[in-house]
Amino acid sequence: MNAPLIGARIERKEDYRFLTGAGQYTDDVELPRQSYAAFVRSPHAHAVIKKISIEKAKASSGVLAIYTGEDFAAAKLGGLPCGWLITDVNGQPMKEPPHPCLAQGKVRYVGDHVAIVVAETSEQARDAAELVAVDYEVLPAVVDGSKARAKGAPQLHDIAPDNTCYVWAIGDKAACDAAFAKAAHVTKLDFINNRLIPNAIEPRSANGSYSRADDSYTLYVASQNPHVERLLMTAFVMGLPEHKVRVVSRDVGGGFGSKIYLYAEDVAVTWASKQVNRPVKWTSDRSEAFLSDAHGRDHHTVAELALDKDGKFLAMRVKTTANVGAYLSTFASCVPTILYATLLAGQYKTPVIHCEVTAVFTNTTPVDAYRGAGRPEATYVVERLVETAARELKLDPAEIRRRNFITEFPYQTPVALLYDIGDYNATMDAAQKLADVAGFSKRKEESAKKGKLRGLGYAAYIEACGIAPSAVAGALGARAGLFEAGEVRVHPTGSVTVFTGSHSHGQGHETTFAQVVADRLGMPIENVDIVHGDTSKILFGMGTYGSRSIAVGGTAIVKALDKVIAKGKKIAAHLMEAAETDVEYDRGVYTVKGTDKKKMFGEVAFAAYVPHNYPHDKLEPGLNENAFYDPLNFTFPAGTYVCEVEVDPETGVVKIEKFTAVDDFGKIINPMIVEGQVHGGLTQGIGQALTEGCQYDATGQLLTGSFMDYSIPRATDVPFYQVDTRETPCTHNPLGVKGCGEAGAIGAPAALMNAITDALGVKDMPMPATPQTVWQTLKNKKAA
Amino acid sequence: MAVKVSLKVNGKSISAEVEERTLLVTLIRENLRLTGTHVGCDTAQCGACTVSMNGKAVKSCSMLAMQAEGADVMTIEGVAKPDGTLHPMQAAFKEHHGLQCGFCTPGMVMNAIDFAKSHANPSEQEIREALEGNLCRCTGYHNIVKAIGAGAKAMAAGK
Repeated sequence: MNAPLIGARIERKEDYRFLTGAGQYTDDVELPRQSYAAFVRSPHAHAVIKKISIEKAKASSGVLAIYTGEDFAAAKLGGLPCGWLITDVNGQPMKEPPHPCLAQGKVRYVGDHVAIVVAETSEQARDAAELVAVDYEVLPAVVDGSKARAKGAPQLHDIAPDNTCYVWAIGDKAACDAAFAKAAHVTKLDFINNRLIPNAIEPRSANGSYSRADDSYTLYVASQNPHVERLLMTAFVMGLPEHKVRVVSRDVGGGFGSKIYLYAEDVAVTWASKQVNRPVKWTSDRSEAFLSDAHGRDHHTVAELALDKDGKFLAMRVKTTANVGAYLSTFASCVPTILYATLLAGQYKTPVIHCEVTAVFTNTTPVDAYRGAGRPEATYVVERLVETAARELKLDPAEIRRRNFITEFPYQTPVALLYDIGDYNATMDAAQKLADVAGFSKRKEESAKKGKLRGLGYAAYIEACGIAPSAVAGALGARAGLFEAGEVRVHPTGSVTVFTGSHSHGQGHETTFAQVVADRLGMPIENVDIVHGDTSKILFGMGTYGSRSIAVGGTAIVKALDKVIAKGKKIAAHLMEAAETDVEYDRGVYTVKGTDKKKMFGEVAFAAYVPHNYPHDKLEPGLNENAFYDPLNFTFPAGTYVCEVEVDPETGVVKIEKFTAVDDFGKIINPMIVEGQVHGGLTQGIGQALTEGCQYDATGQLLTGSFMDYSIPRATDVPFYQVDTRETPCTHNPLGVKGCGEAGAIGAPAALMNAITDALGVKDMPMPATPQTVWQTLKNKKAA
Repeated sequence: MAVKVSLKVNGKSISAEVEERTLLVTLIRENLRLTGTHVGCDTAQCGACTVSMNGKAVKSCSMLAMQAEGADVMTIEGVAKPDGTLHPMQAAFKEHHGLQCGFCTPGMVMNAIDFAKSHANPSEQEIREALEGNLCRCTGYHNIVKAIGAGAKAMAAGK
């Protein structure tokens, strides 16, 4: 029997093709008779379209067609739908303004889509797009979420007065206010969770083609969830039956949330391919990506924590304004509500929590889920409050956390979630040791001798992953199920192809999932291949986001495996002339209890496909099973991060001296891949806190529209990380897994800002802590 | 106006008709269909388009195809041995999990090979500085830095 594969550091099966340039990303797909598209985008944040003149562009070399919003309206193409209905504090549905693929009379952000130009080459399409003349009447714009509801603010949508999408709340307000009234101490913070631009290094791309032969469409698209993309596009926008549309997302170069959504470009190239009767490909350039990929975060929050004299948390009160941009993107509405406010208990026994969220429209790019999606914002609220409270009460920041940690499970929070398991002291203990917190004061003295300021900060985060039990999600407004599907196809000579509805865009599923399957079937990992990202091959899928793949997609595969093994048991019983109840199975070997009879899994598979000696009266031939798995609960990865920084007060430069992350992801299949996920998540979290800040000017022009203005971390911005794990297996899925994709991005910003404010000796300062901001903060402190 | 360019790509002499404005990366991806070289930005920041030209790593998005006239270009497709065995730097990326989505990887590897020629045993700081022109959004650079250190040593040892 082979060595166990679960828990092994196995090099990735997918690496060879990526390392040799053989990956197949969407822009690499070139179809016969390929044509190319470019989009005419609004240069204004808010304007009425008075006239679009396309004649000159149409006469330009190589142009095949130009379509505007009028053409889309005439074709009765629907708008882009929002997948989650939020019900407001008055029991009314959120305001859902139309979100047309191409603008209908008005543009609402810089980059909004005005027309699509299709030509023989992409250069010709771009040249012609520049010749489309649009006569705009420019309107005043509002870009700051905090000002969207102000009197006299420009109004974006007729159906959303005061630019308000919804005012939503969770928790017992009266009980919360009462707890605050008798608190010994109240800590209060007022801050912005900065808007971020995801910037997967592969720009979005979509290549639509229509076949007259069978009246069907194929869309190659860089998507994290091809089936969801198909469902939204067919049922809600184009009015097509799903069996006539195939969506393929083979290799995708990073997503981080930004490739979950159905975008206007995807619909436009698919529809246009029928009109011109040629495949139509569009690939975003980076400037377009900055303008048109859904952004993340952008909250303004006032948060308060009530404590007794011993530092015990009594209540938390949070008020957030969430800027959702110009239109509701696919999952925009649930991010600042369901995925945010429900996480405000953190790792603590805070008995009462109330949170009110106001979502507003502004003349900015739509905002949706970005790595962590609501949970980084919640962690920032909780962990900045807790650290600040410790400082105000002169308590050790680890000690105040320990006094409030949840220690008994299952635990019902006051904000809807039921934590199944965790051990927060264990991750805190391990993190403190690994970070050598005990030696910090000495290191601080050493820094002081050099004229540098040293600080240390914690973040003890929790997240809800494995999204989601469909019934719970449905009750909260989800307009889709959130299960996952898997299929295990055993071939006659015993090798296996697994089809998964999860999607890998860097996560390494081809290796992790193969480890799970090969381990259970007792075969070398080379005998198992994983297939994803093609609606014509995979039975169904809800895709990858919210760190759900192993917990939900992996479980669906395990359920299908269980069926394969159970059917194999019947075949083995027949072959060994034993009662099925006497047959046992362990990692590839069927045995008969109390005898030396055995059949290898490969022999059983062969018998299923060459059924000469086979129980035909009881069983069908073949060995191919599928399963759908709807999770019983969310999973709750948690951990403690410790960040140590040294700040140069002369220049404001922050250097991360140490970053320690101890996570509890439950059972781990491949530690090498998990560590890689943590490294990447931490770096995006550090990016939010240190380098990345989306900036618009007052007229709605994006000032940070390139890698020269918007700074994603480079290799010199980050250290080697110290990572470790502790393990409390998830109680409600068979693998005991929780998910690891987003943790780093969730915990890092709070840890880093706690460290920087500790170093500077200030209560708060804005993200990102660029040298200028740090220097200014120190200057303001001196002046005060 | 169409112009003719002739150059060597991965050891093979090629010539193509391109527009004067055609970028080297466009020639590589679209005319030659060598799609391992990627385009991740339009401001010469991300390095996904890095290829080797006359033995030096260059960003093929920042050059015209015409500027490569007569040059000897190697793309990621030409790095492994003809029998498919990975180059030591590619093998180091695999062993150290120095890639996730794989999109920045070809550029990273091309840059790393050039860097390693002059740095047989580079320090962490030297490697991080050498990655100034290559962006990765997945790995946090941790394992890329480790991979390049190991790959450089393996190259020096002639593996």
